[in-house]
Amino acid sequence: MRSSGVLPYRSEVAPLPKLRQTGTLSDRIASVVIQGSAFLAILSLILIFIFIGKEALPVLTSSEVQKEASLSRLFLPQHARAGEAAEFDWQPISDTPKYSLLPLFIGTLKVTVIAVSIAIPLAVAAALYTSEFAPSWARETIKPCIEILAGIPSVVVGFFCLMVIASWLQGAFGWTYRLNALTAGIGLSLAVIPIVYTVSEDAFSSVPQAFREGSIAMGASSWQTASRVVLPAAMPGVLAACVLGFGRAIGETMIVLMASGNAPVTSWSPVDSIRTFSATIAAELGELVQGSPHYHVLFFIGAFLFILTFLINLMGRWCVGRLQKKLQGAA
Amino acid sequence: MRSHWLARTKYTGGVLQGLTAFACLIIIAIVAIIIGNIVLHGMGKLSWEFLSQPPRDHFTKGGIFPAIFGTAALVILMTVAVIPLGVATAVYMHEYAPKRSRLVNLVRLAIQNLAGVPAIVFGLFGVGFFIEFVGRGLDRGLYGGSLVYGQPAIIWSALTMALLTLPTVVVATEEALRAIPTNYREVAYSLGATRWQMISRVVLPQAAGGILTGGILAVSRGSGEVAPVMFTGAAYSLPELPVRLHNQFMELGYHVYVMSTQAFDVEATKPALYSTVLVLLMLTFLLNFTAIMIRARIRKKLRNGR
Repeated sequence: MRSSGVLPYRSEVAPLPKLRQTGTLSDRIASVVIQGSAFLAILSLILIFIFIGKEALPVLTSSEVQKEASLSRLFLPQHARAGEAAEFDWQPISDTPKYSLLPLFIGTLKVTVIAVSIAIPLAVAAALYTSEFAPSWARETIKPCIEILAGIPSVVVGFFCLMVIASWLQGAFGWTYRLNALTAGIGLSLAVIPIVYTVSEDAFSSVPQAFREGSIAMGASSWQTASRVVLPAAMPGVLAACVLGFGRAIGETMIVLMASGNAPVTSWSPVDSIRTFSATIAAELGELVQGSPHYHVLFFIGAFLFILTFLINLMGRWCVGRLQKKLQGAA
Repeated sequence: MRSHWLARTKYTGGVLQGLTAFACLIIIAIVAIIIGNIVLHGMGKLSWEFLSQPPRDHFTKGGIFPAIFGTAALVILMTVAVIPLGVATAVYMHEYAPKRSRLVNLVRLAIQNLAGVPAIVFGLFGVGFFIEFVGRGLDRGLYGGSLVYGQPAIIWSALTMALLTLPTVVVATEEALRAIPTNYREVAYSLGATRWQMISRVVLPQAAGGILTGGILAVSRGSGEVAPVMFTGAAYSLPELPVRLHNQFMELGYHVYVMSTQAFDVEATKPALYSTVLVLLMLTFLLNFTAIMIRARIRKKLRNGR
C-alpha cells in the first residue's frame, strides 16, 4: 500500500525514444518556453533571496542606517538614556528608536511552541487513528474535515480567535490581557494541524502492510502494532511533519497579528501579550518611510524569516527522503 | 500473573487507541464550532444589498461589493499569470526533462521551498521587487519618472499571489500528468507526432481536469490570503473599483482584517464583519469543494489506469 503524497513518484514511463523530433518551429518554441518556465521557478526563489537581501543589507553595511540599527543594537541590550539600566526594547517609533529583536524573538518562540505543542499531539494521534484503527466511514469524515480546516483562510482563523476564542478564554480565566500568547497559540495551532496531519498520515500509510501483518501474526494487539511497529517505522515522516508544522507556525502572520495583542513585551509568561516577527512586519511596513532604518530592519527580519523557513523546509524534506529510503530497504 | 499482565496491556492499549480517536473528535469539533459560529452569526445581515453595495458609515452600513469585485479581479489576474507558468513547469518536470536529472530535482526542490515561504515574505518581495524594482523601472522608462506603476497596484498583488500559488498548480498538474497512461504517449509518437504535438494534443487535454483542480485551489488560496496583498495593492477603503492594472483595490480578506482590528465601533461593525467572513468562507469552500470533487475523479482514473 504505497500512497503518493510525500513520496516522490517513481516514473513507470519507459525511456523516451532517443531520436528527438524537434524539427518543427512550434516544437522548438514550445521547448524553449517550457524550459524557461521551469527555470522561472528556481529563478523566483533566487529573486526573493536577492531582493529581500538587498533591502536588508544596509543594516550590515550602511553607516547611515547603522546609527540607528546596527547588529549590536538589534541583538544586545541598549541604554535608553544615560544612567538607566540597559534594556531590550522594540520601540521603532520614538525619539530614540530602539530596535532590539529580543522581545520579538521571545514572542515568536512562545507562540510557536504553544501552537506546536497543541497541534502535534492532536494531529499525529488523529493521523495514527485514521491510518491504523479507523473504520472507513470515520476516515471519510475526518479527511474532509482536515481539508476544510486547511481551506479556512488564516484571516478567518485570526478573526475567530480575536472575536470568539479570546472572549471565551478571558471569560473562563480572567486574564489581564485579553489577547495573549496562549490565545494566539491556540489559533495558530489550527493552521498547523492540517500540515502535520497530512504529512504524518502519508508517512503512516506508506509503511508496508507486511509490517502490520507480521506484527499481528506474532500476537501483538492492534495498539501494539501501531505504537511499536508502524510508529517507529514511520518516525522520519512524523519528524518531517513536526518540522514542517514548526515552519508553518513561525511564518504565519494574520493569526498572530490579530490575536496576540502585538505588544513587544520581554516576558516568559504565556498569558502576556506578544509580538512576533511576522506580525511586526505586517503591522509596521505600511506606515513608514521607504529607505529609513526602520524599513531596512523590517526587511532584515523578513530575510531572517525567509532563511529560517527555507532551512526548516529543507530539513523536513530531508526527513521525508530518509523515510523513503528506510522503507525501500525494508520492503 | 501473566494473564493479569496481558489483560492490563490490552486495557492500556484500548485506552490509548481511544485517545487517538478522541483527537480526531476534537479536530472535527473545532471545525464544526468555527463553521457553525460563523454561519450562525453571519446569516443575519446577508442579503442582496449587502453583496451589491459599497460600505457606508465606517463599514456599519451598506455592503462589500468593492471587496468582492477586487478579490475577483485579483484572482483572475493571478490565474492568468500562474496557470501557464505552473502547467509549463509541471510539463517540463514530467514530460521534457530526462528522468531523475539533477535539474528536475532542483526545480522540484525550488517548488517545495516556495510552498514553505511565509506569506508575509512574499509581501516583502512584492514591495522590494515588483513595486520598487519593476514598477519604478517601468515608470522611469515609460512614464518619464511620474508615479504610475511604482506604487501599490492590483497587478503587483496579482503577480505576488501568482508566485505564492505556483506550487499548488504545479503539484496538481503533475498529479494529473501522472494519471495519463504511458501508452497514450507511445501511440502519439508512433503516429509520427513531435513532442509538442504529443503534449498539446494528447497530454494536455487529458490533464485538463488536474489543471482545473490546481487552478481552483490556487484561486481559493489566493482569495483568502491577506499578508501578500497588504502592502502590494490592497486598500483600506476605496470608493472606485479597480479598472486599470495600476489601481489599488479592496480585498475580502483584507477587509475582514481592517474591520476587525481598525473599526470605529467594534460592536456596530460586528454584524457586517461576520457576514463578510461568511461570504469569504463560502467562496473558499465552494472552490475547494469543486476542486476536491474533480481531484477525486482523477485519482479514481489513476487507480484504474494502473
